[in-house]
Amino acid sequence: MIRSHVLICGGTGCTSGGSVAIGDKLQQELNRLGLAEEIKIVRTGCFGLCALGPVMIVYPEGTFYSRVKIEDVTDIAEEHLLKGRIVERLVYKEHEELDMSQVPALGETNFYKTQLRVALRNCGVIDPENIEEYIAMDGYQALGKVLTEMTPAQVIDVMKASGLRGRGGAGFPTGMKWQFAAANEADQKYVVCNADEGDPGAFMDRSILEGDPHAVLEAMAIAGYAIGASKGYIYVRAEYPIAVSRLQIAIDQAREYGLLGEKIFGTDFSFDCEIRLGAGAFVCGEETALLTSIEGNRGEPRNKPPFPANKGLFGKPTIINNVETLANIPQIFLKGADWFASMGTEDSKGTKVFALGGAINNTGLVEIPLGTTLRHIIYDIGGGIPNGRQFKAVQTGGPSGGCIPASMLDTPIDYANLTRIGAMMGSGGMIVTDDSTCMVDFARFFLDFTVDESCGKCTPCRIGTRRLLELLNKITEGNGTIEDLDKLEELCNYIKGNSLCALGQTAPNPVLSTLKYFRDEYEAHVVEKRCPAGVCKKLMNYYIVPENCRGCTACARKCPVGAISGTVKEPHTIDTAKCIKCGACIETCKFNAIIKK
Amino acid sequence: MKSLEELAKIRERMQNKVILREGHASTRVAVGMATCGIAAGARPVLNAFVEEVANQNLSDKVTVSQTGCIGMCRFEPIVEVFEGDNERVTYVKVTPEMAKEIVEKHLKGGKPIAEYTIGAAEK
Repeated sequence: MIRSHVLICGGTGCTSGGSVAIGDKLQQELNRLGLAEEIKIVRTGCFGLCALGPVMIVYPEGTFYSRVKIEDVTDIAEEHLLKGRIVERLVYKEHEELDMSQVPALGETNFYKTQLRVALRNCGVIDPENIEEYIAMDGYQALGKVLTEMTPAQVIDVMKASGLRGRGGAGFPTGMKWQFAAANEADQKYVVCNADEGDPGAFMDRSILEGDPHAVLEAMAIAGYAIGASKGYIYVRAEYPIAVSRLQIAIDQAREYGLLGEKIFGTDFSFDCEIRLGAGAFVCGEETALLTSIEGNRGEPRNKPPFPANKGLFGKPTIINNVETLANIPQIFLKGADWFASMGTEDSKGTKVFALGGAINNTGLVEIPLGTTLRHIIYDIGGGIPNGRQFKAVQTGGPSGGCIPASMLDTPIDYANLTRIGAMMGSGGMIVTDDSTCMVDFARFFLDFTVDESCGKCTPCRIGTRRLLELLNKITEGNGTIEDLDKLEELCNYIKGNSLCALGQTAPNPVLSTLKYFRDEYEAHVVEKRCPAGVCKKLMNYYIVPENCRGCTACARKCPVGAISGTVKEPHTIDTAKCIKCGACIETCKFNAIIKK
Repeated sequence: MKSLEELAKIRERMQNKVILREGHASTRVAVGMATCGIAAGARPVLNAFVEEVANQNLSDKVTVSQTGCIGMCRFEPIVEVFEGDNERVTYVKVTPEMAKEIVEKHLKGGKPIAEYTIGAAEK
């Protein structure tokens, strides 16, 4: 008889932190202590608090252990699981000064308490490799209800009434998409799940596939019923091996239980799914490129119209939905469109998962109702900026998005607001920057990415983004002129207006938004030849502050190019012409006598 | 899957197993499992509670957990039942048989068994 469950995160973050070995070791310890019959280890998907991984929760107490190391396992087994004494040193405390009597339950921590988990509701709760645990959490009930009680038209009406919009980036109303595909007559239609998550810093789709793969399969079957499709493809990148393997296990189990395949729930509806692996090209997240890739061709986008709902995969009507979009759908049918529409704002219903990264304390995944302010996400849930630094901007939507400055932290996040301020929802990546980030360099980083990832089919994107990158390089190297800023803007607008697909159309966003909100930084680079954040190497020089220098000669001996000279016990100097700005002297100096500016 | 009933059956069977992770139970049974408790035979008592709570379908109302030494080692195995915020009943020198009776009469029937409590033992 099982009296306790130990949940160990098996998401990618905690796995790379060694959670698999920790689980194995714990099982050995349970066997050694004769507890194997009483305590069950459950490997779940992502809990969301990736910064504290590997994480472990012990139920029924709900004890949340963070940063567990393999050496800690014996203590947890012998103390907590055998004797019932919680291992205090490993318990997650939000503030170091809390004593044990003040440690809140996991659900009451600042990180979790204002989150509203719909798409992530089973992540970190169930064993994703066991279909019966999903069923215990009302899994496949929505599919059963849809197939036995509703017509396809009613299904589409519920989707439209819910107000759900695509979570992959563009935010197109999902019910409308389904309606277009349903209206087209064809001998074969397809449902495609876009799991080609490519934005740097976004990993919610991966976590859903790793933590709750059946929710995606269930939603795809519902979509198939609504539009009259019997076949589904999940296009997932090969760089997500854990997600791919759990998804395959889920598909196999669903087939075994008759939840995929012929005559589901004894009705005439049949549906099956297959995985297609992507090779990691960013452009394949664009829907027409994705379809071309599934067909076995080089992943390049094509013109729209015709839209996939009319002519999609293999020329047949197709709907393409993102992983997070799909994960919401079973809940909509269980709890009703009104329930879903009661969350969020007027034009953006429901919740959204954001991946917090960069200069923030609680890196990880958070799910909040749309309409929440950025300030709440970054300061209350995310725990603010580490190392006492100042918040500077947050980049939403990855390389297609834009950055949002501190003055707009109180903007409620929804699709319209983000677009209005020059960013975009995108897939929900949020990269937070502090005052040590140079915004010109930041824009350059994203452009570097899009130049690499441009497929080359259309000229504005292939050549335009490269010219844009060259201009940014010129500025960060101190060779820019004030006219270059106008050229930048002109080129950005040209690329936006003339590229074939969303990759090119959105690639200039990081440049345009930094130009808009941080123009002073660009101007400092081109006019004063200075990088205010002290990041752009070519614009910085190293100096020795004579008052602090003791003449110990440590830096002079360390300098690889002999740029530092001086006599013992006298202040030294750096020859900026010889200096290669490697920073070795700063690391060596014990007296904080070397500065860069 | 041929029918909704089939799905409902799996759901019912599995719900008892995952309910442990929800933490909604209003009653908590804490079994003293420090060295003194284990030496006095707390482990079979703990298991008897877990089994009997499941058998009586009380898993959604009662959680069974361990606790450390509460300082009255001579009375081990000690079992405390917490209901709501202030209700607390302490049973002493509990055996697996007594555990079953406590589940039956106290947790299910709502009547604490006075003769097993610390009050009776201290007299």
